[in-house]
Amino acid sequence: MLKFKEKLYEVLFTILAFSSLLFLVGIVFVLFWQGLPIFKEINFFNFIGGKYWYPTHDVPEFGILPLILASLWITFGAMIVCVPLGIGSALYINEIAGEKQKSILKPLIEVLAAVPSIVFGFIGMVVVAPLLQKLLNIPTGLCAFSASLILGIMAVPAICSVTEDALSYVPRSFREASFALGANRWQTLTRVIIPAAGSGISTALMLGMSRIVGETMTVLMVAGGAAVLPTSFFEPVRPMTSTIAAEMGEAVIGSAHYHALFAIGLVLFLMTLAINVLAEIISRKYRLKLGLSR
Amino acid sequence: MNKILVTSLILAVLTLNASAASKIIMEGSTTVLPIAQAAAEVFMDSNENVEVSVRGGGSGVGATSIVEGTCDIANMSRAMKGSEVQKAADRGVIAKAHVVAMDGIAIIVHPSNNVSALTKKQVKDIYTGKISNWKDVGGIDAKIVVISRDTASGTYEAFGALAIKGQKVRSDALTMASNQQIATTVSTTEGAIGYVGLGFLSDKVKAPTIDGVLPSKKSVVTKEFPYARPLFMYTNGNPTGDVKKLLDFIKSAEGQKLVDEQGFVSLK
Repeated sequence: MLKFKEKLYEVLFTILAFSSLLFLVGIVFVLFWQGLPIFKEINFFNFIGGKYWYPTHDVPEFGILPLILASLWITFGAMIVCVPLGIGSALYINEIAGEKQKSILKPLIEVLAAVPSIVFGFIGMVVVAPLLQKLLNIPTGLCAFSASLILGIMAVPAICSVTEDALSYVPRSFREASFALGANRWQTLTRVIIPAAGSGISTALMLGMSRIVGETMTVLMVAGGAAVLPTSFFEPVRPMTSTIAAEMGEAVIGSAHYHALFAIGLVLFLMTLAINVLAEIISRKYRLKLGLSR
Repeated sequence: MNKILVTSLILAVLTLNASAASKIIMEGSTTVLPIAQAAAEVFMDSNENVEVSVRGGGSGVGATSIVEGTCDIANMSRAMKGSEVQKAADRGVIAKAHVVAMDGIAIIVHPSNNVSALTKKQVKDIYTGKISNWKDVGGIDAKIVVISRDTASGTYEAFGALAIKGQKVRSDALTMASNQQIATTVSTTEGAIGYVGLGFLSDKVKAPTIDGVLPSKKSVVTKEFPYARPLFMYTNGNPTGDVKKLLDFIKSAEGQKLVDEQGFVSLK
């Protein structure tokens, strides 16, 4: 009887563990199934490399290059904001802050991650954009710069918390050995601790990056939504995610526009997949280099 | 106790089904959709034996399905094309148009903007990318921040048809999800130009005249204002029974109040 129960639980948990795999396979299947038909209308290179996105015009054009570049452009800007902030706060929490400060700071930064993205978007639209418009004297505050700034702030908690974990996993013996050799705190930090935590830090950056690339609501509200090739941070742009969000509701099911939106989803999925695979490769390489088993 | 409850529930469901004798299907334009939906809801409240279902899909879908006989009322934001009327006639369907509301689109700019008159051509040039600076239309030397709607919106479709004649909106135009969002952004952006339904005009934005005509309910109803169009519901022949009742309701004072509430221009 006991054995049967054990078996039952084993099967149950196996099913649960594999269910996310099932969902993943399902999602990938639907993306390909609904996305690929667009390539009957337009060839792959004209889709990826086309400069004009006019999906509902009489003669529709499905060029998603402006959308891809806008996503990359905003991600690039956001990384400039979130990397120093995220890693900097993690270093402070791990190296300088006392126990008391740490016990306040870390949970607070994690609360930032709990703020819904629509709230960030709303604040961006109502507060940040008009403010930037006045301060920088630009035609409109709804542009790549505002979007990058807000997305960067949104990604700070993910980066900070994973980086801090990585730093705290570095064995104390590393630090002690470094001090014993006569290195000062700065040398220990830059030459021993950070390289030792490298795999964790790069994982943190990649996690932050996938969050930025996939973020939808905030960019929909703040980036301005103009499907042009980005040339400056102070021009409105239209990333892939907000295009799908804005247009899916009204695209006629089964139309070329509908399939094109799925194909954008597919491109987006492949991009985040590439980021995650890269993160995995980097973190493995670091682990080998340092001879850490973790 | 439970048994009684279940029995009465089953009975309730059965009577509900039995009383919903008549079903009206409305299909077509997403522009007309909010009017149809609002009207259907109020109509069903007072006519419990009628079930009205409203579907979108676009004006073209509406036209096709009235011809195929798969809907009772086709909602259309444009008149039926000659080819559609012909197709209907071939199948013995006499498409009859009912104007249920007017749709008017006003151009808006920031209140501090000194431009208070634009021509249709200027608006078209601004939106298609030929004019990019306010000084070219009599304003100060500043970049025009062009704001448009998402391609999914009915207002976008109407603006495309009425103001830029099916040409493409410049690709560097900002796109927004709602009339309200455009109004708010224009009110906080000095160089902005946008377009909204008449219901969204306020003292926070300025509406220049178009070819000398101020946008107003009156100028839209009389069609003096250029960016105005009627919204239609088509039936097969003269409507009868519940379909007639529903259309009469939409054209009544109460129905037209709903039209106003949805941001369109009522006929009365």
